[in-house]
Amino acid sequence: MDNKLIEIKNLKKYFPVREGIFATNYIKAVDDVSLYINKGETFGLVGESGCGKTTLGRTLLKLCQPTDGQIFYKGEDITFQPMGQYRKKMQIVFQNPYASLNPRMTVYDIIGEPIDIHRLATSKRQRKEMIISLLSQVGLNYESAMAYPHEFSGGQRQRIVIARALAVEPDFIVCDEPVSSLDVSIQAQIINMFERIQEERGITYLFISHDLSIVSHISDRVGVMYLGKIVELTDSKSLYSSPIHPYTQSLLSAIIKVDSKDNKGNKRLLLKGDIPSPLNPPSGCRFRTRCVYEKDICIDQVPELQECRKEHFVACHRVGEF
Amino acid sequence: MNSCILDIRDLEISFFTQAGEIKAVNNISLQLKDGEVLGIVGESGSGKSVASYSIMGLIAEPGKIVNGNIRFNNHTIETMGKKELQKIRGKEVSIVFQDPNTSLNPLLSIGSQLIEVIIRHTNKTKKEAKERAVELLGLVGMNEVDKRLKQYPYEFSGGMLQRVMIAIALACEPKLLIADEATTALDATIQAQILELLLQIKKKNSMSIIMITHDFSVIANICEKVAVMYAGRIIEYGKTEDILYNPKHQYTMGLLKATPNINSHIHEKLVPIKGSPVDLLNPPLGCPFAPRCEKCMKICLRSMPKNKVISDDHYTACWLLEKKLWS
Repeated sequence: MDNKLIEIKNLKKYFPVREGIFATNYIKAVDDVSLYINKGETFGLVGESGCGKTTLGRTLLKLCQPTDGQIFYKGEDITFQPMGQYRKKMQIVFQNPYASLNPRMTVYDIIGEPIDIHRLATSKRQRKEMIISLLSQVGLNYESAMAYPHEFSGGQRQRIVIARALAVEPDFIVCDEPVSSLDVSIQAQIINMFERIQEERGITYLFISHDLSIVSHISDRVGVMYLGKIVELTDSKSLYSSPIHPYTQSLLSAIIKVDSKDNKGNKRLLLKGDIPSPLNPPSGCRFRTRCVYEKDICIDQVPELQECRKEHFVACHRVGEF
Repeated sequence: MNSCILDIRDLEISFFTQAGEIKAVNNISLQLKDGEVLGIVGESGSGKSVASYSIMGLIAEPGKIVNGNIRFNNHTIETMGKKELQKIRGKEVSIVFQDPNTSLNPLLSIGSQLIEVIIRHTNKTKKEAKERAVELLGLVGMNEVDKRLKQYPYEFSGGMLQRVMIAIALACEPKLLIADEATTALDATIQAQILELLLQIKKKNSMSIIMITHDFSVIANICEKVAVMYAGRIIEYGKTEDILYNPKHQYTMGLLKATPNINSHIHEKLVPIKGSPVDLLNPPLGCPFAPRCEKCMKICLRSMPKNKVISDDHYTACWLLEKKLWS
């Protein structure tokens, strides 16, 4: 049990929305989510846009204060702790490498900044050596250190962002859609780099993406989110071979497999409609409006996440029936 | 059914910037038959969008068609004037852009934007046009159409807006629809819905489609032919099955290997293509892919390979294949 690096219990994050003078409604971006991430593993989080996966990642790092619930880091409750010392342990790589680098700083200073903040270098020389070694770890040469972010392509910028995250030698990195803005050939480079860094340093990742095939590739365990809730959680192999929740099933059938020849004949499980607004999510099971198996019980009761096979959790009322 | 709706020959498009000439499209020839779905794949900057915009005469300054001709449905696009082009845009050829949020006018209701296209290209009265608009929105799978017509773009989600874009594009039953990364910005489940919709409409209207994408799964799903572009050239062209299961060019193979696959064993290493895409300002002398190619030979750096026909409708430009034929 001591293997858990990060654990969250009943985490909630609500964003208030003013409606008129007195009425306030809430967007329940993350609603009662519990999960843990083991040391050294990659936990994947998939879901469509607006399902709260990014908010979950940010709340976990306390980049926004949770509305309710607890966050544990190595067994310590950090929900109300000042984050100063923990920032050194937990880092984040954002989606858009164009927006997450200061255009007026050189790469050298960008990577040097966290080293200065946490006073990791004792001398200027040591600082320089650290920066050079970080750059080489992400596959950039030293000449690039004096350049500004605009001189780099998207893939190279993402490398700089990763080098910056690695500068403080963290145990845990939240990767929020780190490759979705990159070209396929560059995506593969960055993903391989993430895996190599994990092997070398034993870092734990929370890998957030909307792309199931990438998440399946990199993750050990995967959680599927829908409208602020986890609907299915298991290791990535069984998620892809035997998904149980109807939402996961339709997500999997929506992505088309490139290497199976019988593609065109395959009947896909198409979902009707759009994601409902998180301002007024459907009562009961949030997925029921798009679900083909909807029943009365789905309208009245919120399904709990329950273990229906070993280490395979699903939130659905009709789990046993199909 | 086998007549060519689109015939592009030796097309070259350049952008004349302060830094120098950028050859965005370099000697492309393409034919598209009636009712065919062609996919154009390539990374960003490979010229796939520019090539297809030229079909609508949408190349803006400082871009220019330097050479070649585009015949579309008995029109010669490159010699047509602005007025003539406006007549066929939206009527015979339409385009769906990548980002629906920025391609609709936020100040006009969805209805007026739809009706505008219909009135412009047909002799319909406003009332008839409105009826047609209602029909179109129904066709793309929208509910409460009458209410929707009065709504503004901000009231729609991304998937819904993309449906509106498709409805506008289909308003005059074009012969050719260009979908420029039309599903890239959408979620997986919505993407599947939109692709299904395009296929249905294609069958119904016998329309041709050009799908521009960087996503092989989209190609596998709806395209019959695929053109792989790199640095402004078509480096491989063929039937979808040939490209996906029997690729001949090193770049196509590399792209397929770099795509994470849901069926593959977990934690199997992806094989990335090393290096980064070419700088079009200073393109390499020989094959543009040579600096990134693992099997690069001396000749690859010196001169550009010619197109090699492998089988019917499958050709590629690579020196490796020439060598096989010599020995």
